[in-house]
Amino acid sequence: MRRLYPATLLVSAAAIGYELLLMRMLSIVQWHHFAYMIISLALLGYGASGTLIALFRRRLERRFETAFATSALLFSITMILSFALSQRVPFNALEIVWNPWQFFYLSAVYLLLLVPFLFAASCIGLAFTCRRFAIGRIYFFDLLGAGFGALLIIGTLFVLVPQDALILLAILPLIASLMMTIRAPARTKLIAAQLVFLALMAAGVPQTQLSLRISEYKGLSQALEVIDSRVVAESSSPLGLISVVESPTVPVRHAPGLSFSTRHIPPQQLQVFTDADGMSVITRFDGDPVSVAYLGDITAALPYALLDAPRVLVLGAGGGQDVLLALYHGASGIDAVELNSQMSELVAETYAGFAGDIYNDARVRLFTQEARGYVAQSQDSYDLIHIGLLDSFAASGAGVQSLNESYIYTVEALREYLAHTAPGGMIAITRWLKLPPRGSLKLVATASEALAAEGHDRPAEHLAMIRSWNTSTLLIRNEPFTESDVSAIRSFCRSRSFDTAWFPGMRPAEANRYNKLAEPYLYDGVTALLGKDARAFMQRYKFHIEPATDNRPYFFHFFKWRTLPEVISLRQVGGAGLIEWGYLVLAATFAQATIAGLLLILLPLLCARRDWPGGTGPRMGSYFLLLGFAFLFVEMAFIQKFILFLSHPLYSVAIVLSGFLVFAGLGSAWSEAAAVKLEARGYQPVAVVAGSIAALALVYIVLLPVVFERFVGSSDLFKIILTNAFIAPLAFAMGMPFPLGLTRVADQAPHFIPWAWGINGFASVVSAVLATLLAIRFGFDTVIVLALLLYAIAALLISTATPARA
Amino acid sequence: MRIPACLLLLLALSAQADDFAAARQSLIDELQLYAELARDSDTARFSDAVMTAMNKVERHRMVPASQRPYAYENRPLPIGHGQTISQPYIVALMTELIEPDADDVVLEIGTGSGYQAAVLAEIVAQVYSIEIIDALASQAKSRLESMGYDNITTRLGDGYFGWQEHAPFDAIVVTAAASHVPPPLIEQLKPGGLMIIPVGGRFTTQTLLLLEKTDDGEIITRQHGAVRFVPLTGKR
Repeated sequence: MRRLYPATLLVSAAAIGYELLLMRMLSIVQWHHFAYMIISLALLGYGASGTLIALFRRRLERRFETAFATSALLFSITMILSFALSQRVPFNALEIVWNPWQFFYLSAVYLLLLVPFLFAASCIGLAFTCRRFAIGRIYFFDLLGAGFGALLIIGTLFVLVPQDALILLAILPLIASLMMTIRAPARTKLIAAQLVFLALMAAGVPQTQLSLRISEYKGLSQALEVIDSRVVAESSSPLGLISVVESPTVPVRHAPGLSFSTRHIPPQQLQVFTDADGMSVITRFDGDPVSVAYLGDITAALPYALLDAPRVLVLGAGGGQDVLLALYHGASGIDAVELNSQMSELVAETYAGFAGDIYNDARVRLFTQEARGYVAQSQDSYDLIHIGLLDSFAASGAGVQSLNESYIYTVEALREYLAHTAPGGMIAITRWLKLPPRGSLKLVATASEALAAEGHDRPAEHLAMIRSWNTSTLLIRNEPFTESDVSAIRSFCRSRSFDTAWFPGMRPAEANRYNKLAEPYLYDGVTALLGKDARAFMQRYKFHIEPATDNRPYFFHFFKWRTLPEVISLRQVGGAGLIEWGYLVLAATFAQATIAGLLLILLPLLCARRDWPGGTGPRMGSYFLLLGFAFLFVEMAFIQKFILFLSHPLYSVAIVLSGFLVFAGLGSAWSEAAAVKLEARGYQPVAVVAGSIAALALVYIVLLPVVFERFVGSSDLFKIILTNAFIAPLAFAMGMPFPLGLTRVADQAPHFIPWAWGINGFASVVSAVLATLLAIRFGFDTVIVLALLLYAIAALLISTATPARA
Repeated sequence: MRIPACLLLLLALSAQADDFAAARQSLIDELQLYAELARDSDTARFSDAVMTAMNKVERHRMVPASQRPYAYENRPLPIGHGQTISQPYIVALMTELIEPDADDVVLEIGTGSGYQAAVLAEIVAQVYSIEIIDALASQAKSRLESMGYDNITTRLGDGYFGWQEHAPFDAIVVTAAASHVPPPLIEQLKPGGLMIIPVGGRFTTQTLLLLEKTDDGEIITRQHGAVRFVPLTGKR
């Protein structure tokens, strides 16, 4: 047993590390939402392992050490092999709408990636099944390992590129395999196999197979096809792979929303890709404003036509484009906030000379921080808060962001920004303009609600919007626009052939003049959203344009089911571009995971039906299913909630995830002792635990927003400690029901243990997808409440399944 | 034995050629049907000139061998280097919207497979086409030559500054959307000329931007939904 615990920890650490690493690597070679889909389905390997163990339980029990060591070794090998093979499958996500073969390739990818998870889960499942007297302990090391693995991979990715991190991770289960081999009867063969694999690793064979084959349709691949272009700098971190591309022969000129009337051409630019896509640029600036005069002719320049030498806050400074815009227009002071330090370093250091050293300008202060976190703790007020185009047109166009939470464009965020504007100050937000309009209208709806919540009776008087053929810029002023503002907007647009979409007092004839749409969609939409029938308009509209909130922070989610048949029917005539892929892929993932789970787990369970004592089968099967759903619902919802507090999605995932896993592990280790004490006092342990989880979670829903507001400006260390202090009791309680149920099953029907493991694994996978679907529709608070309901039903199931122990 | 084998081969080739001709005609019928459905595009029917051109150009000769079976399906196909041959419907619509005349000189930015250039060359006097990907530029050049298009001139290079030596142009077709319309291209467009730009992803063209330079040099654009899709239902 002394070796089993650390071996379990190592396998578990490698499994979660591999999951997070795959997400990273697949986001680079494919797109984020397909990465999510592939991994979700590959994780069904967890569920399938339960089925496998159940079917061969007797044989495996007799050779536990050999089976564990073999599984761990195969896990190590297939971590590398499966990924290398999956890269050779010609899957093209973009062609899926046209070519049914792509579904076959997609299935091949996730079947390949299912294999390593199957072996990893087999190790843990075997340990539960064959060493059932120590279930609490094993579960503790399993969760502790998972917590450790999450931190390990995120830390490693700051130092190593993903391919090297994979090799490092693969060593963990190899060590586990070696540890378990010592007492295995078939150790000679195992040691030979381990040595061969080690020799191959030492010779660098796996490394040669792991170069990332980025889809040829991603921005980076396409940029590198251009004659003489090349990557001149690259850096990798858990936040993304940043690649800088120089194209001397065919220089890039990126100027979204540039006026047709302009005579100014953008100077040379460097392209910066994040995860091989999402292009932004660093613009050459020689200090002469004339060289960047094109910046006066883009829609994002509008606020500068209304403000004189403003003090500006740029949220999402990226390659420095919006800072340059502010400098060009004579801003008196600029605070630039950028989340990714690698990106800031490019402009501030590596290419400082190229970019005109703008981040070292006396007027500019750079903050490496998440936008909302910065604003929440800032004491400053600004004449202009500027949010530029933070995403690429392609990403925005394909609906790939629809699953991304964005706390920048929510009602609460806009209220926070408004609170940081000086008298007469404004927020300016530029977005890509999609047709028919989606994001631009959703932004107006969100702004209108934020203004109303701030006590402005007539939001329409605080808003102005203009558009070019592909961008829109919205101004939100903390005071009503004045007549001189309006005349400045008119004049700015007239001289640049931009259309006005809304300003106070705008006449219908002033819309749709230069860039004509079939209908004045944007003007009509804004007018309707600012009128009395806004709700009805939003309901009638074929895209989801209801305001985004912190509870439902899916600004990029525009999908409505009722629009789908029409869009599909228009596929042959250009309608494919109207499909919001992200959400559909998520729904497809849910459907596939459910079907695959039924086939892999529940069907074998039904086929192998036997006499389950004490109603173990269906009742306890449901118990473990509900636990899987509930645990993940709570975990995912709290990761989301803490993103705002920890000011960084990555920190939130790392700290909250590892916190949940480690404290749940501690809870599981203590579960047996707690159960004995509670039962001695006549309580049903799972009922008490479920009650505690419910009480804590409900208190947190109310308490956390207050705590966040009070302490968001505190030091990182204090915030991390506070986060763990909140997670600890909740996760501790959440770690108990699973081992308690498993121990109970072990007493009465040991052959049910692998099924329980498999069912719980299946539920964890499906629930991750389902939690996102539910959060998009109903918000995170509802997801938490639903989880509590599931815990309550689970408690009811177990308390009626078996009589309490004497 | 050699003679019958050659005959069989010839028969097989001619049978395949017939298959492609039939498939092409069937595609044309399909496109005409879609044009009627997509009234939003202002193109209730494609003109005979455009349909004749589409029916003449052998799309199967412009795609990789692996894609040949799908050459006459109304969908974009991958041609390597992260590029696609456009969906025939979009090619027909773009060609229709620039109102090509027999004596027109047209500039194309982004030669790709050469398909759009070939369709244009069937109608207009001269097509100039620029491609920035070396391999595609050389493939398209030899392909268009072998197909007998002597009124298409291609070159490898930067399309941003157009092709000053041959300017001004009656029409300009930009086959890849950029973040903005290059000012030099607007300058090289004749007064009264039209420029068309597809907007969207490689496999999913969403809208078409039609830019018109009026006789007095003013720029007016119209954005065509590639489809008839009204975002509102019921009462407006």
